[in-house]
Amino acid sequence: MERSSASLWRKIRPRYNLVGNECKNCNTGYFPPRVVCRNCGRKSKMAEKQFSGNGTVYSFTVIRTPPDTFKDEAPYTIGVIKLDEGPMVEGHVIDTGAKLRIGAKVKMAFRKMYVEDDEGLIHYHFKFEPL
Amino acid sequence: MAGIVGYGVHVPIYRIRIEDIARVWNEDAESIKKGLNIREKSVPSTDEDAATIAVEAARRAVKHAGIDAHSIGAVYVGSESHPYAVKPTAAVVVQAIEAGNDVMAADLEFACKAGTAGMQMAMGLVDSGMIRYGMAIGSDTSQGRPGDALEYTASAGGAAFIIGREKKDMIADILKTVSFTSDTPDFWRREGAVFPSHAGRFTGEPGYFRHIMNATKMLFEETGFKASDFDYAVFHQPNGKFPVNVAARLGFTEKQIEKGLITPVIGNTYSGSSMIGLAATLDAAKPGQRIMMTSFGSGAGSDSFAIEVTDNIASKRRNSVLVRQLIEKNKTYIDYSIYLKNRGSIKKR
Amino acid sequence: MRDVAIIGVGLTKFGERWSSGLKELMGEAGLAALEDANVTSHEVEMLYGGTMASGRFVGQEHTAALMADQLGFKNIPAVRIENACASGGSALRQGYIAVSSGIHDIVVVGGVEKMTDVTAGEAATALGGAGDQEWELFQGITFPGLYALMAKRHMHEYGTTEEQMASVAVKNHENAYKNEFAQFRKRISVSEVMGSKMISDPIKLLDCSPISDGAAVVVLAPLETARKYNDTPIKIVASAQASDTLRLAERDSLTAIKATSIAAQSAYKQAKVAAKDIDVVEVHDCFTIAEIMAMEDLGFYKKGKAGKAIEDGETALNSKLSVNTSGGLKGCGHPVGATGVKQAAEIVWQLRGEAKDRQVKGAEIGMTHNVGGSGATAVVHIYKRAD
Repeated sequence: MERSSASLWRKIRPRYNLVGNECKNCNTGYFPPRVVCRNCGRKSKMAEKQFSGNGTVYSFTVIRTPPDTFKDEAPYTIGVIKLDEGPMVEGHVIDTGAKLRIGAKVKMAFRKMYVEDDEGLIHYHFKFEPL
Repeated sequence: MAGIVGYGVHVPIYRIRIEDIARVWNEDAESIKKGLNIREKSVPSTDEDAATIAVEAARRAVKHAGIDAHSIGAVYVGSESHPYAVKPTAAVVVQAIEAGNDVMAADLEFACKAGTAGMQMAMGLVDSGMIRYGMAIGSDTSQGRPGDALEYTASAGGAAFIIGREKKDMIADILKTVSFTSDTPDFWRREGAVFPSHAGRFTGEPGYFRHIMNATKMLFEETGFKASDFDYAVFHQPNGKFPVNVAARLGFTEKQIEKGLITPVIGNTYSGSSMIGLAATLDAAKPGQRIMMTSFGSGAGSDSFAIEVTDNIASKRRNSVLVRQLIEKNKTYIDYSIYLKNRGSIKKR
Repeated sequence: MRDVAIIGVGLTKFGERWSSGLKELMGEAGLAALEDANVTSHEVEMLYGGTMASGRFVGQEHTAALMADQLGFKNIPAVRIENACASGGSALRQGYIAVSSGIHDIVVVGGVEKMTDVTAGEAATALGGAGDQEWELFQGITFPGLYALMAKRHMHEYGTTEEQMASVAVKNHENAYKNEFAQFRKRISVSEVMGSKMISDPIKLLDCSPISDGAAVVVLAPLETARKYNDTPIKIVASAQASDTLRLAERDSLTAIKATSIAAQSAYKQAKVAAKDIDVVEVHDCFTIAEIMAMEDLGFYKKGKAGKAIEDGETALNSKLSVNTSGGLKGCGHPVGATGVKQAAEIVWQLRGEAKDRQVKGAEIGMTHNVGGSGATAVVHIYKRAD
């Protein structure tokens, strides 16, 4: 799928560094950041929040039949990670040779997500690395 | 004068053994291992490049330094394998460490010494008072042409150093730095070429040895130090043999260089090579000890540094990942066919 | 509010329909439904068409007007409904609202998808748009991947097994074997499912519904005039729908689809029936784990108990509760926009007593359950014989 430079650029802080937000009204943290708090609706008071990148594997799978953009990357492991600050986020769990399990501790890493083609952009992203 | 406030290293977990490369090319692995003093080399994962390695090293450096990334005023990334020909790796790093936007940044290229050139640039900016902290990174995912001698050594890794001038957070004082530069066609890669070319044995004496020896001797002259005044020495390590040889010629013992000799276990990380060696040496150094580092970049030039470790080194060590431990952690071997596939050398159309 | 009945249904055969495009599929199902309802094209007042990703699959948008055009419904209002894999069920609910409100009398609800003109990778990308594009598909997370994340957690929390999931596929293939419209008319065994290619651990190829072409059409009328057209109108006694976060990881639970339970509770209330009163149900088994979760979320089993019950045969044809007699999405096929409408057609046949070899004996109350994405939309309808 073709994506505009702008659509990638506007998410660069959450994608590079887990910059999310939180609602100051109910103290709920969100990653990825939300425009409106799920609890507070129009009363929400959203403020930027930097997540630590530390979390726990809540569930995981290995994707073996990928969409076309990832055909050279498969198989790859996807985890639902419960961040220490609360929110749950899907992310790649990078290979460390170890067998992954639910409950395993992970931390944020920085990797390529995918490369468009020889002349296109390289998309960098957070991934998770088992400790 | 400016000094080192913190540092970080990243080395991919994948390794390929010399035996696995030699088998493909009908070479004798034992004689290569002995001749180059190298056992295996690091290989990037398919999702790693010089930028991701630079970021991982940079993040560890910020943590080690214990500083707010927003106080970093300059970021220079030296590499001969920047992912883009045009689009700076340094900007990726600035963004990924959340250093803010008020940062001077540029990519550097000087073969294997671009990272140490960045350290000198950061020192100048720090000493002039233009910035509080500067970050210099050497990071590469270097490639040797399949079947070429370089294929046994060209590897992946990087190191980031944060330079500052305040004694209270300095772990090592840089007492002096000098450089020796000449136009020497020992190793090159033209725009658009995938693999570098080199001048075979000419890379040795007129390239590596001439520049390192001259730069180091200049450092001796300007500081009044001799080899025995240093506790440790680190040289650029294109293989495991050259640094041992040049150390001996300059009057250093094998004991002085052993802490920083990393190439035998990870290969030549190009811009990362001497800087990872310096990081491994600092991991072991005690307050008051002196370290001599001389890098080398083909084309050609050498940067030589006289460094003195301060009292802060021990307290900051708890924030760091030791280089030798990092190298061993999760180490995973791959064979030559996976190595070729991962670097995109298998033609699919 | 008027009572609403289904007076006619029509399906194409589901599967790899190499010689049929979008228009042929619409025409085939549409004509069958009009004939079954005994209504002429000019009697139709409004059309709702469910299509998920025709733009990605065949480059065609604006599919509701196209369907009205193809079926000769000259100049009537036609609206496309897109709610991912729940497009068909959502279209049915809009048709129900239009008739119930009194605005329209004869309303056609269609669903269609032509999926086999693109590569498997392109289809995975198109379907991936049913999740959160920015945070799921962008990272290469596919639909089997999302359901695998649910399955893994369900196994972790409740001890659900891969064999239990496989038994869903075995049952649904058994039912599909008896359905002339089904894509797979082939019985399979648990060991065949277990031995099939791993797609996204623990989901294997035979745990997945297929890529399919197909269309389904139903005709709605006010119950008060339905007998003019059809001797056995089927009354829609509940129409309920709920939504949830598009992104899976943001939900309250990975092991339940909350939108399903909310829609089901509303539907039971509207119909004044309980789960135990349902005789036959078509649930959204896009993956085998989805049927296990559906049986729990619809209230047929306590959380964590459905896998064992299905494995024990409690949901086979004419057992305790007949589930997915059409073969479900797994056996009958899953042309995404058509599925929700097809489910209604199957229940109509069951309640009329016209389901042939797969007839549930004495079926009086039926239910359909259609899910969009990984659970961001769920639609539940309950039906009764009107005689």
